[in-house]
Amino acid sequence: MSRIVGIDLGTTNSLVAHVEGGIPRVIPDAEGRALLPSIVAWTPHGVVVGEAARRQLARNAARTVYSVKRLMGRGYEDVKDERLPFEIVPHAEVVSIRIGDREVTPPEVSAHVLRALKQRAEAHFGEAVEQAVITVPAYFNDAQRQATKDAGRIAGLDVLRIVNEPTAASLAYGLQRMAEGIIAVYDLGGGTFDISILRVKDGVFEVLATNGNTHLGGDDFDQAMVDWIVDDIRRRHGVDPSGDPEAMQEIRLGAEAAKCRLSFDERTVLGIPFEGFTYHRDITRAEAEALVEPLVATTLGPCRRALADAGLDARAVDQVVLVGGSTRMPLVRRRVEELFGRAPHSRLNPDEVVALGAAVQAQILAGGITDMLLLDVTPLSLGIETLGGIVSVLIPRNTTIPTMAKEYFTTSVDGQTTIDMHVLQGERELAKDNRSLARFDLAGLEPMPAGMPKIEVTFLIDANGILQVQARELRTGKAASIEVKPTYGLTEDQVEQMVEDSFTHAEADVEARLLIETRTEADTVINHVERALRQAGDLASAEERAAIESALGALRAARPGTDRDEIRERTIALNQATAPLADRMMEAAIRDAVTSKRADRLLEER
Amino acid sequence: MTDYFAVFGLPRKLTVDADFLQRRFYELSRRHHPDFHQGADAARQAEALAQSALVNRAYRALRDPIPRVEYLIALEEGRGAREGATEKPTAPRELLEEMLEVQEALEEAKATGMTGEAAARVREERARLEARYAAEADAIAGRAAEWDRLVDEGGDRKPLLEWFKHRLATRAYLRTVIDDLSEALGEQEEGHVSHRRH
Repeated sequence: MSRIVGIDLGTTNSLVAHVEGGIPRVIPDAEGRALLPSIVAWTPHGVVVGEAARRQLARNAARTVYSVKRLMGRGYEDVKDERLPFEIVPHAEVVSIRIGDREVTPPEVSAHVLRALKQRAEAHFGEAVEQAVITVPAYFNDAQRQATKDAGRIAGLDVLRIVNEPTAASLAYGLQRMAEGIIAVYDLGGGTFDISILRVKDGVFEVLATNGNTHLGGDDFDQAMVDWIVDDIRRRHGVDPSGDPEAMQEIRLGAEAAKCRLSFDERTVLGIPFEGFTYHRDITRAEAEALVEPLVATTLGPCRRALADAGLDARAVDQVVLVGGSTRMPLVRRRVEELFGRAPHSRLNPDEVVALGAAVQAQILAGGITDMLLLDVTPLSLGIETLGGIVSVLIPRNTTIPTMAKEYFTTSVDGQTTIDMHVLQGERELAKDNRSLARFDLAGLEPMPAGMPKIEVTFLIDANGILQVQARELRTGKAASIEVKPTYGLTEDQVEQMVEDSFTHAEADVEARLLIETRTEADTVINHVERALRQAGDLASAEERAAIESALGALRAARPGTDRDEIRERTIALNQATAPLADRMMEAAIRDAVTSKRADRLLEER
Repeated sequence: MTDYFAVFGLPRKLTVDADFLQRRFYELSRRHHPDFHQGADAARQAEALAQSALVNRAYRALRDPIPRVEYLIALEEGRGAREGATEKPTAPRELLEEMLEVQEALEEAKATGMTGEAAARVREERARLEARYAAEADAIAGRAAEWDRLVDEGGDRKPLLEWFKHRLATRAYLRTVIDDLSEALGEQEEGHVSHRRH
């Protein structure tokens, strides 16, 4: 069997990993970076992905897509009230993002990220990589899983397995014999939260229960801080930045960076440049914690429900493992410790552990590991709508997968030749309160008196947590044809079309893609330097200024050319020429923050 | 319908060695789980998927004492449409008077907007019903050995079967009432619904 890689397709960052010599390892890019920012940008030169896309985000906010994982498998109604910097087109079935004159769906955006990881792996191995295991949040529903699988297909990957992120993490720990007994995996990432309770014994990883929230993560923490900063700017500078997409992206990036620093430092300085002024503000960890506290608190309910479903008391948990970048926050660690009554740990890097686990799962599928058995569960109850809009549960949540249920249907009118079924996922009693998964039309029944046909429908949830439906007329034994209308998601034909498009539009030439990235990076640096000169040019000496101007001119001249190395060298040179000015700007920012704080204090004392 | 006891090589009895069952479950899972048949042809993969689904379903039905009794009843009666299904929850006659009291407490609490003493009384009633609910489970499990003896001796199992059914219906009814009280109190944990069998 050919090589299978493990991919963590994250809200904020994505990674690709594989098992080498019995040890799972992350595959780095040419610069040695493990994390690929899950950001895709449409630039005049073409599509760029990752770090290059991130660096031009503020400048090109309307054509740069980030956190697209939150839109996977969702409809327009679900996301229309969200604050997104890009435009969402009002189609009902599947979210569409308008990028200039074209529309892209979340699976297509994710496919760009997956393709970049695929190419990274191919460069590493020096051969084609066509098969992958991709992780998803454990609490992802059927549509969200299917959307992830579609993304893989569009990227030219055969997705052999969709595996749950917390479960993958437990495999990474388990492979290194670092997990045994009852394990709770608390996974708080950029956009999603999962809690899984597992029993790990003799190489068997049995998930007992899982719960979560597919719409809660670091992004929401950032947003809470952004709201606070915007208020503060309004109050102190009398300016409302909320109408300016570029400013809002600068604030968001500043908030995110400050949040990360506050996991290690008690206080930090926010410094966000605007046209005409720079916003400075000291922020303490306690202040930031007060902002995100209510969000962290909402993770505890799902933890309690998962424990209840597993039939366990919090005290029965032997180990609490933290996964996901957001668990670096001391506040999160404190709350988890309080709930479980024991200190959680993250001995394996919380950013990488899911990808490592995906690689372990890939190795199991390749037959390279035979002593580990993973038994996962379906996170949501599956049911069908019955008379009066009531849901009849066929497969309860936390059932070990694969699993199946059979249901029998008949006709209610003489000569009826079709039967319509509405399949839902969720825990509520009424169909309208649950997530509609699909409508299935059983067609081609022979006309018979009402109640005569007997159709056996098999609902099978496979090891990916994805539903398959089969139907059979018992009298004739013939398979009944089923037309599936997914409520939220792409049809088979649409995915097929996107796979084709991706071939025609693909940047076939890796060299061309790298040139695009280099040019985009050059644009980003040019843009930063121009702004620095405009805002704080007086902080540079005459010689420094001349050096910057000269390096800037050289890069501008090289940029339209095709010599990638030259553009790159001149970009680095410009960065170096600007370094003294950048340092001085930072110093000034810190000084300002300290002085303004002192001024505040003086006023208070008076 | 498929005999889940046979899947694990067990006789149709209510006393099951939990460790043995788990060991057999892991063994069968290792044999059939799709993870270990990734390289096989499509037919073999489909077979593994079906077998694995059957093993998982069977384990779930037999793992815990109460679902095990529910499943056994369905098996004995040859009722197979939906595994584990029981009779519709019905209010047993001996509970009638208590239920009237619960109803009264609920009406009173609703009149006061679910606050104060009246709400406290509803919580009290709910706690009492929860204890009762747990006691039903103990009572059912308490006669499992008796059932197994009847199987061994070839005795008449019908009366005990009816007794089990009656107790299960009572238990299901109690669950409904407890959930309704929780809902009225605004303390319903989302998700209880799926524990009810429709």
